[in-house]
Amino acid sequence: MSETVSFMVNGKSVSADVEDRTLLSTYLRENLRLTGTHIGCDTSQCGACVVHVNGESVKSCTLLVGQVEGDDILTIEGVADGEVLHPMQEAFRENHGLQCGFCTPGMVMSALDLVKRNPDPTEREVRVWLEGNLCRCTGYHNIVKSIVAGAKSLREG
Amino acid sequence: MYEFNYRRARSVEDAAEMLANAEDPKVLSGGMTLLPTMKQRLAQPSDLIDISHIEALSGIRHGDDRIIIGALTRHAEVAASDVVVKAIPALAELANHIGDAQVRNRGTLGGSIANSDPAADYPAALLALSAEITTNKRTIRADDFFIDIFETALEEHELVTSVSFAVPQCAAYMKFPNPASRYAIVGVMVAKFAGQVRVAVTGAGAKAFRYEEMEQALSETFEPESLADIKLADDELNSDIHASAEYRAHLVGVMARRAVTAAKA
Repeated sequence: MSETVSFMVNGKSVSADVEDRTLLSTYLRENLRLTGTHIGCDTSQCGACVVHVNGESVKSCTLLVGQVEGDDILTIEGVADGEVLHPMQEAFRENHGLQCGFCTPGMVMSALDLVKRNPDPTEREVRVWLEGNLCRCTGYHNIVKSIVAGAKSLREG
Repeated sequence: MYEFNYRRARSVEDAAEMLANAEDPKVLSGGMTLLPTMKQRLAQPSDLIDISHIEALSGIRHGDDRIIIGALTRHAEVAASDVVVKAIPALAELANHIGDAQVRNRGTLGGSIANSDPAADYPAALLALSAEITTNKRTIRADDFFIDIFETALEEHELVTSVSFAVPQCAAYMKFPNPASRYAIVGVMVAKFAGQVRVAVTGAGAKAFRYEEMEQALSETFEPESLADIKLADDELNSDIHASAEYRAHLVGVMARRAVTAAKA
């Protein structure tokens, strides 16, 4: 029915009073007004809603708020350091890694999970990793370029 | 989604009690199939019993001659496990090609097999690697586990707790994925043991199955050419917008030959 769920979002603790069927994507957008997490397909295929749960990328449209009790959530809003873009975000800007921008938050969150596991991914590895992120502008080429560049800039600190 | 009660189980016993006391419960682990199904209003459970925080059900270890994987172990963990990569690299490889990265970060072994999706990858591995499925009540051989489309030997309120896999001399899994969903249109796992070869097919029929004619031929000579004249009858195979039964039958041969070649490499 309804419940109170406590967890962290971008370093701040949150106590959510929600119906049991509330999805994390809905709660982030409608209650916390963190609208950088986008809902594209709402069927866990497009990846526009990717956030990190305890450091791993997941699709927030396929996760109940109740499931993240005690967990640490990172959304696109928590990635930059104030006004200074994260190196991965900067790489997307530099390389024109977005067209309409709708898929971008999910792409960045997904990319950050990739570079944590594989700090020096090849173009091929980036393409394979992005299976779960769709860009309907079909702007993949520059997205891949951005991620390879972002990984490089993270390696070089 | 229709309304339901979300309940988090702390232990297997706790989950069993919650299941017994609810009207029409469903077990939630990774939720990668169940939640999308519920969002489409194709399922309406009264209660979701979340078992994903029961630590005892997670983890990978090397038993005497088998690899034992906890039911809640996520696909990404199996793919990255040193134990699995060393003992059964084909199993790690299979796990690394389920769905996409985000699905692999949430989806679990137990959830996948309990669902018995006819196009899921793990069922082929369980059959080819002589797996044994341990539940909170008993142990079931993989050969007796998959009954039909979305149907297993699990009884009501029975929970998968772990799966053990035999370690083969060599093995390989080859799948022809649906380009959108990454489910197997056809997937074939070939595993060679001392004195026995096992061949399991997923995606082609109502459930994953062993293909004994191929096993026989490969037991005599473990070469892709041994399969050249074996043709699977297509009268009971799946036929849908993605592939006709005839095409699936053909793919079984192609994937099996590729799997033998890869296993020998």
